[in-house]
Amino acid sequence: MADTTVRHGESGGATRRDVLDVVTWSAVAIGAGTIVWPLISSMNPSADVLALSSTEVDVSQVPEGSGITVMWRGKPTFVRHRTPAEIEEARAVQLSALKDPQADEERVKAGKEAFLIVGGNCTHLGCVPLGNKSTDDRGDFGGWFCPCHGSHYDTSGRIRLGPAPTNLPVPEYEFISDTVARIG
Amino acid sequence: MAAGSGKVVFKSSLLRWIDDRLPIVSALYNDAVVYQTPRNLNYWWNFGSLAGVMLTLQIITGIVLVMQYTPHADMAFDSVERIMRDVNYGWLLRYAHANGASMFFIVTYIHMFRGLYYGSYKAPRELLWMLGVVILLLMMATAFMGYVLPWGQMSFWGAQVITSLFSAFPLVGDPIVTWLWGGFAVDNPTLNRFFSLHYLLPFVLVGVVFLHLIALHTHGSNNPVGIDVSKKDKIPFHPYYTVKDLLGLSVFFLFFSYFLFFYPNSLGHPDNYIPADPLVTPAHIVPEWYFLPFYAILRSTVYESLFTPLAIFGYLGITEKLMGVIAMFGSILVLLVLPWLDTSRVRSATFRPIYKWVFWLLVIDVIVLHWAGGEVPTPTVVLVGQIATLYYFVHFLVIMPLLGKFERPRPLPDSIGKPVLSHGAAAQPAE
Repeated sequence: MADTTVRHGESGGATRRDVLDVVTWSAVAIGAGTIVWPLISSMNPSADVLALSSTEVDVSQVPEGSGITVMWRGKPTFVRHRTPAEIEEARAVQLSALKDPQADEERVKAGKEAFLIVGGNCTHLGCVPLGNKSTDDRGDFGGWFCPCHGSHYDTSGRIRLGPAPTNLPVPEYEFISDTVARIG
Repeated sequence: MAAGSGKVVFKSSLLRWIDDRLPIVSALYNDAVVYQTPRNLNYWWNFGSLAGVMLTLQIITGIVLVMQYTPHADMAFDSVERIMRDVNYGWLLRYAHANGASMFFIVTYIHMFRGLYYGSYKAPRELLWMLGVVILLLMMATAFMGYVLPWGQMSFWGAQVITSLFSAFPLVGDPIVTWLWGGFAVDNPTLNRFFSLHYLLPFVLVGVVFLHLIALHTHGSNNPVGIDVSKKDKIPFHPYYTVKDLLGLSVFFLFFSYFLFFYPNSLGHPDNYIPADPLVTPAHIVPEWYFLPFYAILRSTVYESLFTPLAIFGYLGITEKLMGVIAMFGSILVLLVLPWLDTSRVRSATFRPIYKWVFWLLVIDVIVLHWAGGEVPTPTVVLVGQIATLYYFVHFLVIMPLLGKFERPRPLPDSIGKPVLSHGAAAQPAE
């Protein structure tokens, strides 16, 4: 009997059919991926959302000892004018005592140590912590206190106590003049 | 016409003509009229059909509400208020839909506890049960996204808290959250996609419910005695259970109406009548009542108090937040494997002298979790929540596997027709 096809296992190697199978299914997988990708990608932030990515703040309007909340990318962002005592307090902490160790110097701009700019959503589940007004409950460490699940932040916005895993994030920003900071 | 006897012949020539080309008439006849059902089903067996009725009602009221609702962050709140004040019977439709969600969860939870008590998840009904767990997950996703649509304070902050759960995953967490939001915060894109999915998922639910029914009709209903039922102990679904289900439905609608017409806001949260404000977090964020037990598990899983030893997971990179998320999802996913965790071959708790009590301990445990989920998390509440969370997992992961080995079940009757004890000493041992 004239056998024109090579069967699996006879020569121990892959047959022409195996190669065709792999090629076909690879093409199907790539094709499916190409179709699905735009669907998934369309759900990421669109150009108009990304365009709203910077905000300017006049920090001279913030009284010493308190903070204000500005909107940046649809989210609250805290701008806090710290007192010398608060800066002192933030710098006196041993890094080893911190849950998410970071020095205060790395969280502010040199020469502008009085101004702390941090994201205003608790890193636990996104509530807005209290503490901008000096009359607010600022928690045990004088910074912010999140009323939702009880996270305490210090005067550098670092997590000190409670369920939040990380410090309040410092956004990208620069001082474009002596008193105006551009966030984003 | 007995089920399973094959071809059904209808008197009407039109029905015969249709059925010959599309056998939907005989399918309905076989599965809803002559369908053979154990004759001893009690009223706890009403809750499956009640859940089906609630799903239908939610879809109907939902479709009509969509005709008046505007899915935009600037207009959603006002459009819901317009439904309440200006649209004809808008108040009725919205209250029926909002309270209907609560009713859907009530009957579904009772339906599940029925399954737990009578061992309805055991062979050969494992897939039936697992499809039920999938239905529960779909219901939760749908209800959560529906609660966001009015764009009140609880809508907004509930969405913020729940979507932030995904940020707990290492590396991929933050990109996932940004993707879910469609931006850098919960905003209009988030509302739009939740609206789209809130409309889609109920129809996915209908599909899974059909699979649930196909699985149910493959081996038939379990029953309060929990043994396999012989043909002579079965009766046709219609009229016996259509009538029984209708009576149950009437009583249930009285209960529903009590909330709908007299206390339509008692199951909701007053803060959701305040428009969403991304700058002000409500002092006390609570989810809807039907999520509270799971929320308690999420919130209690912190590395302090009773769970201090869990802090060793912190060194493995599992943060408290991630652990809470794992525990919360785990509390539902553990139900998927329950048919294999329960090692007892006896289905009904009636014949399981210890499980009968353990079952009620689980009910109490869930009620305690429910309480803990709604309270402000003081150290006492966290401790109580931790004890209840621990017990919840111990119930499924420790008690259920061991109980089947050590418990001595009472003798099972030969058939549901025979009283248990009249059979005397000859009764077969259950194991």
